[in-house]
Amino acid sequence: MAIRSFFLFILFFSSSLSPVFSLYEDQVGLMDWHQQYIGKVKQAVFSSQRAGRKRVVVSTEENVIASLDLRHGEIFWRHLLGADDVIDGIDIGLGKYVITLSSGGSILRSWNLPDGQMVWESSLQGPKHSKSFLLVPTNLKFDKDNVLVVFSNGRLHAISCIDGEVLWKKDFEAESFEVQQVILPPGSDLIHVVGFAALSQFEMYQINAKNGELLKHESASFSSGFSGQVSLVSTETVVALDSTGSILLTISFQDGKISSQQTPISNLVEDSLGPAVIIPSSVSGIFAIKTDAVTIFIRVIGKGNLEVVEKTTHEIAVSDALSISEDQQAFALIQHASSEIHLTVKLAHDWDGNLLKESVKMDRQRGLVHKVFINNYIRTDRSYGFRVLIVMEDHSLLLLQQGEIVWSREDGLASIIDVTTSELPVERDGVSVAKVEHNLFEWLKGHMLKLKGTLMLASPEDMAAIQSMRLKSSEKSKMTRDHNGFRKLLIVLTRAGKLFALHTGDGRIVWSYLLRSLHKSEACQSPIGLNLYQWQVPHHHAMDENPSVLVVSRCGPSSDTSGVLSFVDTYTGKELSSLSLDHAVVQVIPLPYTDSTEQRLHLLIDADKHAHLYPKTSGALSIFKREFSNIYWYSVEDQNGIIKGHALKCKCTGEVADEFCFDTRDLWSVVFPSESEKTIATVTRKLNEVVHTQAKVVADQDVMYKYISRNLLFVATVAPKGSGEIGSVTPEESWLVAYLIDTVTGRILHRVTHHGSQGPVHAVFSENWVVYHYFNLRAHRYEMSVIEIYDQSRADNKDVWKLVLGKHNLTSPISLFSRPEVITKSQSYFFTHSLKAIAVTSTAKGITSKQLLLGTIGDQVLALDKRFLDPRRTVNPTQLEKEEGIIPLTESLPIIPQSYVTHALRVEGLRGIITVPAKLESTTLVFAHGVDLFFTQLAPSRTYDSLTEDFSYALLLITIVALVAAIFVTWRLSERKELQEKWSFYSAFASQSTFSSLHFSDN
Amino acid sequence: MAAVTPLLLLLLLSSAPSFSSGSRNAYNINGRVKIPQGLGLGTKGYALPGRMSNVKVLLNGGQNITFLRPDGYFSFHNIPAGTHLIEVSAIGYFFSPVRVDVSARTPGKVQAALTENRKGLSELVLEPLREEQYYEIREPFSIMSLLKSPMGLMVGFMLAVAFLMPKLVENMDLEEMRRAQEEMRSQGVPSLSSLLPGGAMN
Repeated sequence: MAIRSFFLFILFFSSSLSPVFSLYEDQVGLMDWHQQYIGKVKQAVFSSQRAGRKRVVVSTEENVIASLDLRHGEIFWRHLLGADDVIDGIDIGLGKYVITLSSGGSILRSWNLPDGQMVWESSLQGPKHSKSFLLVPTNLKFDKDNVLVVFSNGRLHAISCIDGEVLWKKDFEAESFEVQQVILPPGSDLIHVVGFAALSQFEMYQINAKNGELLKHESASFSSGFSGQVSLVSTETVVALDSTGSILLTISFQDGKISSQQTPISNLVEDSLGPAVIIPSSVSGIFAIKTDAVTIFIRVIGKGNLEVVEKTTHEIAVSDALSISEDQQAFALIQHASSEIHLTVKLAHDWDGNLLKESVKMDRQRGLVHKVFINNYIRTDRSYGFRVLIVMEDHSLLLLQQGEIVWSREDGLASIIDVTTSELPVERDGVSVAKVEHNLFEWLKGHMLKLKGTLMLASPEDMAAIQSMRLKSSEKSKMTRDHNGFRKLLIVLTRAGKLFALHTGDGRIVWSYLLRSLHKSEACQSPIGLNLYQWQVPHHHAMDENPSVLVVSRCGPSSDTSGVLSFVDTYTGKELSSLSLDHAVVQVIPLPYTDSTEQRLHLLIDADKHAHLYPKTSGALSIFKREFSNIYWYSVEDQNGIIKGHALKCKCTGEVADEFCFDTRDLWSVVFPSESEKTIATVTRKLNEVVHTQAKVVADQDVMYKYISRNLLFVATVAPKGSGEIGSVTPEESWLVAYLIDTVTGRILHRVTHHGSQGPVHAVFSENWVVYHYFNLRAHRYEMSVIEIYDQSRADNKDVWKLVLGKHNLTSPISLFSRPEVITKSQSYFFTHSLKAIAVTSTAKGITSKQLLLGTIGDQVLALDKRFLDPRRTVNPTQLEKEEGIIPLTESLPIIPQSYVTHALRVEGLRGIITVPAKLESTTLVFAHGVDLFFTQLAPSRTYDSLTEDFSYALLLITIVALVAAIFVTWRLSERKELQEKWSFYSAFASQSTFSSLHFSDN
Repeated sequence: MAAVTPLLLLLLLSSAPSFSSGSRNAYNINGRVKIPQGLGLGTKGYALPGRMSNVKVLLNGGQNITFLRPDGYFSFHNIPAGTHLIEVSAIGYFFSPVRVDVSARTPGKVQAALTENRKGLSELVLEPLREEQYYEIREPFSIMSLLKSPMGLMVGFMLAVAFLMPKLVENMDLEEMRRAQEEMRSQGVPSLSSLLPGGAMN
């Protein structure tokens, strides 16, 4: 009994409810790393402040506005706007406010430049949707107020720069008027709004900037119509293309009079080029047009005389104009030449003279230059120097100055599409002895320092040394495999079509590769990367081969465009091969089989429901044929609300004989009634998940068998009305239905309806349970539910005899038509936050208890023990249940701040959480990505199989020494005592004998 | 939480209307976030008090996101009538989500309640329920923690055996002890010294 209670005590001790993930502040950065990104820069504005640190303010495609240090590229401050809050324009007002226009021109915000504090926010409405423009005139004042001019939603606003108050507004309500440009001629109080109306009408409005009064309205009609954008060549001249794209229209509206001139492009360039588009630029007097192959720069001389100044077939990028003095404008031009880029800075009126000409070596993996932003500075000799900020094809941002790359940011990592992992190479060479000795000394020294730290004897310098020693530990960033499996490569695919390999130890980029197959080409117009799969994971007989990943991409946004496969070596980052497929890729099914070279078999389903086997080798085919009848998959048609099960039928019956193509057949389909249910989430188990045991011993020595099937699918549907945002429906007209479906048989194993609930649903499936998060409209709170599914057919097999002889031995036939005897248990709890992502920890053998990882709306990741989501929780658990670790039932799930995996950091714009098991059973690796990246190691049941980081070896050594010393001391003591005892015995004996001798002598 | 704490923002404008109707059944929700200074005890540097620029206010699970003005005010524009949920994301503080009813019939009336404790709000002023401490506090060095460590237990046990056991033996009855000693001698139970390699010397 005593032993049992002692055991329970230990059990309690180890499973006490204190947060399992908890971190001391000085442990930050030991096992985790955090990287901040901003995304592909759309617009950049340089702060012209003379004093203080040089900054550049950027807006990005991830809806981030950020202020960057121009010297090093670090982020001073950054704000991520909402997903629908797309930034239309940014500028700097009064030198100290960053003005942003977003949400299709309906929200105008002002931010304090030094610290990023929002100063004011205004909402701008208008009669209709239109292009939006943000202009910050430098000299336009209105009662001492500096004024911003905003055109958005068909309305022109003048807004005070100080408090965002709308000073005046003017509507442009004409039905067909489409604004093309808003022009503020410098030094005047006029605003020109130009645009097209009814496809062939050119309209010009002149407005008094002081009060918004319409001064003049002119229009002229052009029978040939317009196409695309207009380019402003001076404050009173625009250039447009006609609807065929072959005639240039130069329209000037000097003094309110519209005059125009038409110049066919063929007059300027001899050879016909096909339809052209105008590349918008703000350089006065010059504009550019681009056809398929050629970019042509044209200068406007006087009133509409055009002259070609340059024609180039190179890829080219032009910056906006930068006024460097009263009447001089400069702009930057970047041209590609194999491995270099040529940067030239020219004056607007002087094409042939270059202010600056530099060549910069450029990494080919960055691709083409997409955008250029120019800024000037005054050198010590009072001449102008120029620096340019360039945005590359891989979304990286670089600053060039004096022919060198001053800094670069890998902002492609802000938009990760898919993640997979790869092992590092095995360490081959043995470690030399001398190195070990050196390390031993260092090691001891380090541990003495640590001991000093624990005993509070360390000086501040020592503390700093300890901290830096812990952070810099070279062990964690080695390029070889480690025994615990903590060091791996994270292979990520970004939206720019670039692959990065990140080291899990410190997050550095090991290699990066811009996928050639994702380049735009004739056959492939707008390639997009879709998914990453582990193609080859050598571990048995193909040990010498490098592992590789498969990148699946397709040529366009719709799912029926043809696919592209590329295979990339994960050690070297080189593309091994790429395949342009002649079929589409709708679904990719990694099969659980590998061929003789450890290449994993993949089945690609195309738009015509043919299945294609990869790799196309005879070995793979023979393995596949063996398993032909065991392959099932399902597909979800979101629009129609149908889930279908498929299996293979026979070889393709097409005209071309293709051994690797197979026809498929539909096995079953589940049709949700479209008037009452709409699918919003489907989740299955992770393919590589390991389950340790099927049996679960419950409190009263009873056994429950988990229903573990790889073919379970969780589906959540909501009422069509309730598929919108929160607050758009009443509880009565909204419901959420959760299903568990077997994807082989199509049988619905469980169905539960949550009345008065709605999406969005985030769910995670693991072992025999599914946890999902949704919104409860009645309580107006988020809720999380758990469903656990148990196999009831084995419930009788409780003793060995029944197990052997019972009906569930393997010889008994299993039929599709027999209904599986399952029972489900479920429970629901309130949860405070909205979620963005949900994941579950996974470990190597599945023994360690699980934690749910919840990506909250505040961009943090919270670890929640699965025991909180146990359907067997009751309000008053019995003693036995308590011993088993069942937590008393509470209404809502607890949020323990110490169990935030991301501690005091935010993974801004969180999109996904990936967990990867380490080799060490207790530990799982967690990678969270969004605009930021975060990586850490988690031990859901503490590190029971290894010593923790702060384990003090020195203390252990000292204890052992002390014990040995104590043993010797006690030995000495005991020896002496024994001797004394003996002496006293002998002396007693001796005295007795002398006494007796005396006695004798007495006789 | 209940204690009256010096507020970061002393300026308190009197009952600004929380909702103002915009155009075409779209309303604005105006409110403010107040972060009292010195809430709780162990305020560490990470949640810089007064630094409001990293606080986000989210409507309906991120449908709209807005930021705080220097005085803590925020507003959502063009919100349709209905029941909405406002969440505040601020590192270092725990805010309860707030249920806000925007109704077409009674524009300008505040109908807001904290969803965590169902407490109604007369004004849309959001205050953190508690501060969040993301790190374990490293306990200062103490003898107890050293003793509780496995090594400490080891040493303690050894000391106990070495010094307390003889004491126990001493307290035994003299007669009994002699008998025990006699027994021991007769059985020849080796003493500690004879257990050790050097013990064979005598």
